[in-house]
Amino acid sequence: MSNKKVHEPLFHIVKRDEMTFKKALFIRLLAIVAALLLCAVITMVVTGQNPISVYGTMGVGAFGTARKTWVTLQNVSILLLISLALTPAFKMRFWNIGGEGQVLIGGLAAATCMIKLGDKVPGGLLILIMFVASLLAGGIWSVIPAIFKAKWNTNETLSTLMMNYIAIQLVAFFTVLWEVPKGSGKIGIINQNTNAGWLPNLGVPSFTGSKYLLTIIVALLITAGMFIYLAFSKQGYEISVVGESVNTARYVGIKVEKVIIRTVFISGAICGLTGLLLVGGINHTLTTTIAGGQGFTAVMVSWLAKFNPIIMVFASLLIVFLERGAGEVATNFGLNQSFSDILTGIILFFIIGCEFFIRYKITFKRGGHKK
Amino acid sequence: MINFAMLIPKAVVQGIPLLYGSTGEILTEKSGNLNLGIPGVMYVGAISGVIGAFFYEQGLKSSGAEPVAFLAVMIPLLCCLLGSLLMGLLYCFLTVTLRANQNVTGLAMTTFGVGFGNFFGGSLIKISGADVPSIALSTTSKYFSAHLPFADKTGWFGKIFLSYGFLAYLAIIVSVFAAIILKKTRAGLHLRAVGENPATADSAGINVTGYKYAATCIGCMIAGLGGLYYVMDYACGVWSNDAFGDRGWLAIALVIFTIWKPDVSIFASILFGGLYIIYLYIPTGMDHMELQQLYKMIPYVVTLIVLVITSMRNKRENQPPASLGLPYFREER
Repeated sequence: MSNKKVHEPLFHIVKRDEMTFKKALFIRLLAIVAALLLCAVITMVVTGQNPISVYGTMGVGAFGTARKTWVTLQNVSILLLISLALTPAFKMRFWNIGGEGQVLIGGLAAATCMIKLGDKVPGGLLILIMFVASLLAGGIWSVIPAIFKAKWNTNETLSTLMMNYIAIQLVAFFTVLWEVPKGSGKIGIINQNTNAGWLPNLGVPSFTGSKYLLTIIVALLITAGMFIYLAFSKQGYEISVVGESVNTARYVGIKVEKVIIRTVFISGAICGLTGLLLVGGINHTLTTTIAGGQGFTAVMVSWLAKFNPIIMVFASLLIVFLERGAGEVATNFGLNQSFSDILTGIILFFIIGCEFFIRYKITFKRGGHKK
Repeated sequence: MINFAMLIPKAVVQGIPLLYGSTGEILTEKSGNLNLGIPGVMYVGAISGVIGAFFYEQGLKSSGAEPVAFLAVMIPLLCCLLGSLLMGLLYCFLTVTLRANQNVTGLAMTTFGVGFGNFFGGSLIKISGADVPSIALSTTSKYFSAHLPFADKTGWFGKIFLSYGFLAYLAIIVSVFAAIILKKTRAGLHLRAVGENPATADSAGINVTGYKYAATCIGCMIAGLGGLYYVMDYACGVWSNDAFGDRGWLAIALVIFTIWKPDVSIFASILFGGLYIIYLYIPTGMDHMELQQLYKMIPYVVTLIVLVITSMRNKRENQPPASLGLPYFREER
């Protein structure tokens, strides 16, 4: 590198042509490995354990027993579902940060049905009503910002963010309204005696996974469905066109406003479905923290997977593995559970950073360039 | 009847962290960076200050020395600024230099920052092997919450205007200063140009990358002070996990509410601070405690309405910076 007289930048950043899938995957894996190494070093400093046994402990935390494995898979499914839900909106460049709120509202709708209709309608019908109510609630909640966006071009990142907190307070309102016992500030297990509105366990009761299977199967179905919807349907194509260029979409006769509202409704409805699974299937209660910040994590998962539903499975697995693994490390060493957030953050920074090297290349100035 | 002489100081105290956060975020957004990592930055700022103060107090304890006011204030302050600056640099490096998506980077920073704060808040004692039951930095926090000696003697006037620690007044100075810079100076003009249209700014010879880095890093440092104020002054040096709550997001909401004006934010922050705690003062009766939760919703609903109305009226001076959230790449013009 020579730069004596002529003032020229030391290197140029050039946009790459489309990189091969394999090469891009390699760079991402490299980034993950580098991030995991850094995480290991940090864990080593904090706990004084050697890195290999740290990851051993993490493995035990996530997959140590059959039950732990099932819980891990269930958590992956929930995160995956929310990520999938946000994906069509993101692909359209509609930054739906409101997953958290949409999940909560879906859950609220399910809980309302369970509490108000639990002893009035038969079990099967109740679940059907809950299903419709959650989907509609999540969908409508997300459509409100979408209408603002379609009509007045209101910044959707900020409006969906606000909708999250409105949803949280709405749920808080109903939790206090329906609290059992009075003054506890908690709803408690809904319909504990009748189990009305509880989503069914699949498989025989002796099978450990029967409690978790429903969520996992729903997640797999939605993954496949979303993949087909985005890649092969006409609506999926319209979403890509609107995402690439609104003007092009208008020019070819796509009704942009309609596509925005429809897509965001689908996005919110799947979030609502996730709320139903959380309330009716997993927790049988409603709290403000039922989504647990996964509405935000899902934004990152969806983006990391480049909006590809299949890659999203692995991205969710990675995040949940870290969460549960770091949880185990933290418990073993009497540390704080937030340790997993730090590790997740580091991994995310590395993957976010590595995208640059996939999209651009740096060409250094060669020695013989100068005359 | 609500007692204003009592309510206003409480609202101000609640409002100061929001004011720091929103002033920092306004500067950042004016450069076209939508930093959703502000909640994380505020946590990091708070915990960095706490770590600094913690080791200072431990040092005092082991050496038996008397605390020095200057050190007791400067050590946490500098630690806080350094911690927030590092977060700002990280954000800039990822979004400006590596052109990563701003939303994703910001959310990752919030995950990381909140985790960082709670982790060290919960594990600092264990890691450092100190012999104390909990993080209670009474010695250093005394200097942060110290107010003018004659404030108590001046009745309601003193309560409303003079009863705060120095960081509260600094917050107001900083936001007035930020407003003047944005509106009246050449640097502010350039910054706004970068946020509106980086390509035009670039061709006018403005260093786009430099402005983005500077505005975002300074913004993060200001926001970090909000966390420091909260823990050292408001919470009297006692760290409890997640106590800071969603104030970081509220600060981002304030940016919209004030339509990107730091001077408006002084009053808006105090208003939001009041709204944040107003549920404690509206009589609901024991039978309707649930209504409190609806009152807590007010700041967010108000923000949403303001956001929608500004976009409906579509007045040019009230719009977000035009390139907000978009990366800039010179060769892509």
